[in-house]
Amino acid sequence: MAETRHRGAAVDIRAVTKTYGSFTALDDVSLRVEPGQFMTFLGPSGSGKTTTLNVIAGFTDLTRGEILIGDRSVGGLPAHKRNVGVVFQHYALFPHMTVTGNLAYPLKLRRVAAAERDRRVAAALDMVRLTDFAHRYPSELSGGQQQRVALARAMVFDPPLLLMDEPLGALDKKLREWLQLEIKRIHRELGTTFVYVTHDQEEALALSDRIAVFNKGRIEQVGSGSDLYDRPQTLFVGRFIGESTVLTGAHETRGQETAIRVGDEWVAAPGLAGEGRQALLVRPEKITLVREDAAADPALNQLSGRVGEAIYLGSGVKYEVTLADGSRGVVRMALTDRPFALGEPVRMRWRKEDARLLPDDGSSLAAQSGEEP
Amino acid sequence: MRDFFSPGRNSFWLVLPALLLLLVALGYPLAQVVLRSFTDPEPGVGNYVWFFSRPVNLAVFQRTFVVAGWVTVLCVVLAYPYAWLMTSVGPNMRVLLVLCVLVPFWVSGVVRTLAWVILLQDSGVINRMIMAMGFEKIRLIRTQTGVIIGMTQVLLPFMVMPLYAVMRGIDLRLVQAARSLGARPMLAFLQIYLPLSLPGVFGGAIIVFILGLGFYITPALLGGPRATMLSTLAQQQVLQQLNWGQGGAMGVILLVATLVLLAFAGRFARRRYQMGAGGK
Ligand SMILES: Nc1ncnc2c1ncn2[C@@H]1O[C@H](COP(=O)(O)OP(=O)(O)O)[C@@H](O)[C@H]1O
Ligand SMILES: [Mg+2]
Repeated sequence: MAETRHRGAAVDIRAVTKTYGSFTALDDVSLRVEPGQFMTFLGPSGSGKTTTLNVIAGFTDLTRGEILIGDRSVGGLPAHKRNVGVVFQHYALFPHMTVTGNLAYPLKLRRVAAAERDRRVAAALDMVRLTDFAHRYPSELSGGQQQRVALARAMVFDPPLLLMDEPLGALDKKLREWLQLEIKRIHRELGTTFVYVTHDQEEALALSDRIAVFNKGRIEQVGSGSDLYDRPQTLFVGRFIGESTVLTGAHETRGQETAIRVGDEWVAAPGLAGEGRQALLVRPEKITLVREDAAADPALNQLSGRVGEAIYLGSGVKYEVTLADGSRGVVRMALTDRPFALGEPVRMRWRKEDARLLPDDGSSLAAQSGEEP
Repeated sequence: MRDFFSPGRNSFWLVLPALLLLLVALGYPLAQVVLRSFTDPEPGVGNYVWFFSRPVNLAVFQRTFVVAGWVTVLCVVLAYPYAWLMTSVGPNMRVLLVLCVLVPFWVSGVVRTLAWVILLQDSGVINRMIMAMGFEKIRLIRTQTGVIIGMTQVLLPFMVMPLYAVMRGIDLRLVQAARSLGARPMLAFLQIYLPLSLPGVFGGAIIVFILGLGFYITPALLGGPRATMLSTLAQQQVLQQLNWGQGGAMGVILLVATLVLLAFAGRFARRRYQMGAGGK
């Protein structure tokens, strides 16, 4: 589809609020997606990702705010006039039409001439590598094949914007990884703006130019994967993206640093604390484990604990360390000649500037799984 | 445990009691009816020749199909939006809607038909309303229209329930998908929802039509001589004139017509809708 190459449309979400009765599903959300960008909405289940997608697609009315696609406000525009491709988690292929029938459907609605229609259906099938399955019914395809048909159908009419709601959520891991590569390739070849929803942070990091992290109907932070991983603005984001050791406790200011007490040891990070409880967040690859007899180094933070778990990763090893206050440290290291044994007393060490000082927003892994309100 | 509870090859005996009952209570009398239609009063196809040579019989035969056809069409038209509403409301409202369909169903057909007699008769509620509005009163009781109205009401649940069962399985995201692909709401309905709901329409229509062909009480009470249907005619032959041969022939003709129709409908439905509904 070389000749249909185009820049995608920008999406501008301006102060959008959506309420259901007294429940606020989206709370004053603003976000800009640049033309041709691969934007991912990441967040726990129930955080408002689908609702945002639905207001963009026109399936749901918004309570307040405005949405622009391209330069056009789409407030009064019904779903069928928005010219936006949508891929649903459960494929939503028409069961009474063949693969070809499904792909031809949006073209027939646009009164594309038969010859041109056939050509575009063939090109779209080629794009998702399903040419041999053109005459099958959806029920005769595997889940991965159905999702590729759904993708082809959403882009066959060349929309400048493609919305995908957890399209790979129902597939197993290997297939998911392969389809991620396919989606990435298709995005590169088409130049269309993609808005992709997932609750899987690895998927978000693998695919996206930018990621918007959703939490309770708000956007916590928008940025590239490395922005979010290295410079999370909130504890929620730091916890949601990648693994981390999170330390909380009483804090005090020491010059330009803030120190936090863990058990009866103190660790510090650059920066001044704001209001309320504070937390330190350290990424696993920034930490090294040493044995108890190692010489102390005043330039480094240091915490004592015991090895609770050692997980062999192939490329290295991940240790979980139980700290004095019961919290859990996560350390990733290269394989060494003398691996640490379970239960062995150890010290975790990291440079002060490798920890991030953030207000403790009470986020927890349980809350992020969507199981806790 | 699993072997005992899961129906296996040797579980055929489970259906034996039902099969036996059917054989005794349905198979035997049916065989008798067929036999008598060919032997009473004398062996041969005389009863069938008689049936098809009398214009009155043919008129009744034709009317039976016309009435059943109208009832089927009316049931589809009334049940379709109703069943759709059942799929789209909350659980409490749904229970209420199901009850509205089923409660009349628990009241005997005779009682309901008598209610229609009261409503439809010349000085009945409907005609009094029509006259109150300043129109001529219309004859409803003992007409084909009256029969159709009464039968539609009695048979409506048989249309609503299969339709609801199929519609409940239709994934509404398919309609959303169609909208996102550029279909106006009406087109999305006609091209996506309607085709997927057709198995329910067919299922219900076949049941209603076949029940309608053999309907007895309602046509007898609401119809009268000018709106007689085949089952009433057969009943008169057998019970009033003790003419087992001719009555039996009518029964057999109705049965054969029904079976032929079923065979056609089954074939059509299979060919066109083998994909089934849903899409989940
Ligand atoms: N039609 C609706 N009526 C009431 N609440 C809804 C409706 N749709 C979504 N919600 C609520 O809005 C919140 C956000 O939902 P959603 O956007 O689907 O979350 P996500 O896609 O991030 O998992 C959820 O708490 C959900 O229960
Ligand atoms: Mg969702």
